[in-house]
Amino acid sequence: MATTLPATDVVLVGVGLVGTMMGRELTRAGLKVVGLERGQPQFTVPDFQGPRMHDELRYSIRKALMQDNTREPITFRNRSSETALPIRRWESFLPGTGLGGAAVHWNGQTYRFQESDFRMRTLTEQRYGKKFMDADLQVQDWGVTAAEMEKHYDRFEYLLGVSGKAGNIGGRKVAGGNPFEDPRAREYPTPPMKEPYGSAMFRKAAASLGYHPFPQPSANLSQNYRNPEGMELRTCMFCGFCERYGCEHYAKASPQTVLLPVLMNDQRFTLRTGAQVLRINLSPDKKHATGVTYVDAAGSEFVQPASLVILGSFALNNVRMLLLSGIGTPYDPQSGKGTVGRNYAYQTTSAVQIFYNEKININPFMRSGASGTVIADFVSDNFDHGPHKFVGGAYVGEVMSHGRPIEFHPTPPGTPAWGAGWKHAVARYYNHAIALNIHGSSMAARQNYLDLDPTYKDAWGQPVLRMTFDFPDNDIRMSKYLTERTMAIARAMGGEQVVPGARQRPYTVTQYQTTHTTGGTVMGSDPSNSVVNPFLQSWNVPNLFVIGASNFPQNASYNPTDTVGALAYRASEAIVERYLKNAGPLVAT
Amino acid sequence: MGSQPGPANGQMRFFNPGEAAFVRAAVARLIPSDELPGAIEAGVDQFIDIQLGGAWGAGERLFRGGPWHPGSPSQGYQLPFTPAELFRNALRAIASDVELKGKGPFEHWHAKDQDAYLTELQKGTRDLGGVPSNVFFESLWGLTVEGFLCDPVYGGNRGMVSWKMIGFPGAYANYYHLIDQHGIAFTRAPMSLADNGRGEVMLHPDIPAQPMAKGQ
Ligand SMILES: Cc1cc2nc3c(=O)[nH]c(=O)nc-3n(C[C@H](O)[C@H](O)[C@H](O)COP(=O)(O)OP(=O)(O)OC[C@H]3O[C@@H](n4cnc5c(N)ncnc54)[C@H](O)[C@@H]3O)c2cc1C
Repeated sequence: MATTLPATDVVLVGVGLVGTMMGRELTRAGLKVVGLERGQPQFTVPDFQGPRMHDELRYSIRKALMQDNTREPITFRNRSSETALPIRRWESFLPGTGLGGAAVHWNGQTYRFQESDFRMRTLTEQRYGKKFMDADLQVQDWGVTAAEMEKHYDRFEYLLGVSGKAGNIGGRKVAGGNPFEDPRAREYPTPPMKEPYGSAMFRKAAASLGYHPFPQPSANLSQNYRNPEGMELRTCMFCGFCERYGCEHYAKASPQTVLLPVLMNDQRFTLRTGAQVLRINLSPDKKHATGVTYVDAAGSEFVQPASLVILGSFALNNVRMLLLSGIGTPYDPQSGKGTVGRNYAYQTTSAVQIFYNEKININPFMRSGASGTVIADFVSDNFDHGPHKFVGGAYVGEVMSHGRPIEFHPTPPGTPAWGAGWKHAVARYYNHAIALNIHGSSMAARQNYLDLDPTYKDAWGQPVLRMTFDFPDNDIRMSKYLTERTMAIARAMGGEQVVPGARQRPYTVTQYQTTHTTGGTVMGSDPSNSVVNPFLQSWNVPNLFVIGASNFPQNASYNPTDTVGALAYRASEAIVERYLKNAGPLVAT
Repeated sequence: MGSQPGPANGQMRFFNPGEAAFVRAAVARLIPSDELPGAIEAGVDQFIDIQLGGAWGAGERLFRGGPWHPGSPSQGYQLPFTPAELFRNALRAIASDVELKGKGPFEHWHAKDQDAYLTELQKGTRDLGGVPSNVFFESLWGLTVEGFLCDPVYGGNRGMVSWKMIGFPGAYANYYHLIDQHGIAFTRAPMSLADNGRGEVMLHPDIPAQPMAKGQ
């Protein structure tokens, strides 16, 4: 029997990045907030301290900070004619767990999406005609514009202290920044990070070919910084243990370093860790959320009543929580009807390797998670897609984030898979190789979606999430073109050998690509093809807000988190300024 | 750098003597010792033994719920075996296979024959007690690479031989002042998690170690 707890104003499902931000904004507005986080509490001190934290086997290979897949796996198949099977070991993507969520062990690459992303369907049809996109694509507009997003991006970047160089301040182009970005109100909070060797070589080569290199915007900071919440961040030491690790130096922006201590000092906030939310409870007419049911770490079940529910449990978990709670209509790829789980997308990445002679020391271990130099010339609609017959694009750059040797020991083609030849190649090339990264968009397609698995259950006896995904033809063509363009840059970088690696089908869960899983609770202005309105409020249950990369109608070329944070601030503003005064739908249906 | 003397193997926790002998001989071929150190100097066989005898061997972070289907390669590992079970079954099948060949124990074979046998395991899918041979090979190779390149606290990469070989400085890392000295030869000896010579702990004076929620 579940114990019913005293009611609260707001319950947060998940206390990761989104949960922390929303907790802060809503306690600030005077509300009592209960944060439910399934994982452990964890803090910079003592949990992320070196030397313990610098353990590649434990954190990168055994994935110590990730969602416990022995209790909560996800099943996967490439197409709906196959039987989905559990991902028995995480590899392709790594959902986080514990206080702070995946934003503890992210890399900090912090980019804004563009107007041509937010209004992708409209602008693509305007420029290339209605028949340009492949028939299987379900690209749609977001219901927001870059101009509307600007102040929220700005606020989020100042919270994190992002290190970068503006390319367009209020419509005025600024040398050294990204010339393709939409206007921003002001400079980045901190200047760009120092540029590593390989990135400098990339910059020179890209510029010589007429492209526009700029420093990757980084949430690992170039200098000490005090954010508007009064939190002090420190300079990044380029330790090379960033993605998959907590930062020992207070240099990586994470909930712990930018906001959590402030939230936890607020009397109106209550944190419960080890609290696994099973479902959002609804009124009999299913139009109102009454709170949530969760199980604590010792196995006892509780009902937490709340007037407002904020679902910020990471993209994939958000989708599953709606499905488990019976909120909205699950997507059916056959009929095309239903919206929950629709438009699952990912990131279409590929790489080009360059091998150098032994005089060139790359020192790959001297890196930060987000140091490096990139170009946006092939991002989004920054180039003419007419001749290429695909939509979307990629940023390309030298953004290596580490030289940890179990994960990183590049060898050129022709190297034996094992034996003396392998070992000598590893010794020869470890310090003399570069990988260029091609970080491409992922278009939502009719056949790719998320739903509940009919067979496999989690440790609480609930169906697990089922993922059906393969790269659409459009994205394979994009990857091929972008990888060819990157080859040309790589050849201008003075190596001995250049090796391409365009993305191929089938998508496989056995190789890490990114944790940029998107869609499934898509935002938009039309309830027939979206789950939440442009303020991230559920169309079905107005006292529920669903926030995360699950809101993306399709995924853009850039990493998601700047946009997740900006959308969260935008939603919080709508809640505080409008919803709290008049609790009901913020957008009429 | 010359290869270091082979370690006097401690007591194995997981492998029986026959298994230990095979694994030692196999990893000695997977990463042979020559003028550069190999798996034996790095203690890879002992690393694998420790891993299989501990939580990893017992299926740490491996979802083990059924039903089981072979699946497609893009769905990844789908066998019901823990790593410990996988090794045990495969090594038992390999032992009888080796015996049938009548050429004496694997560890006494010529290197060329050992390589040919390992290649057969790698490229084939022959059933080894329920484990396709290529799956066993991949598991063995994965653990071998880990044991060669991991931090020595795990019992592999003894003396940091592989890190010295490739020039990886290890667990202690602060390159703020070096990152813009492009192409410098970095020659500091590597450091392991275990040999904290500097006693450095980054403590932030303004933030309490474990902020406690003030609410209820
Ligand atoms: C290795 C890695 C590298 C990354 N690098 C980058 C990068 O460089 N740039 C970028 O833009 N993005 C990056 N990301 C993505 C980034 O981490 C996420 O976009 C961001 O953390 C999303 O915030 P969120 O609040 O939606 O989810 P999270 O921060 O993951 O928070 C969700 C929280 O909800 C909790 N939760 C889930 N289900 C339940 C439940 N049922 N009950 C209670 N609690 C629950 C989780 O435990 C978690 O703490 C990376 C991610 C990973 C894993």
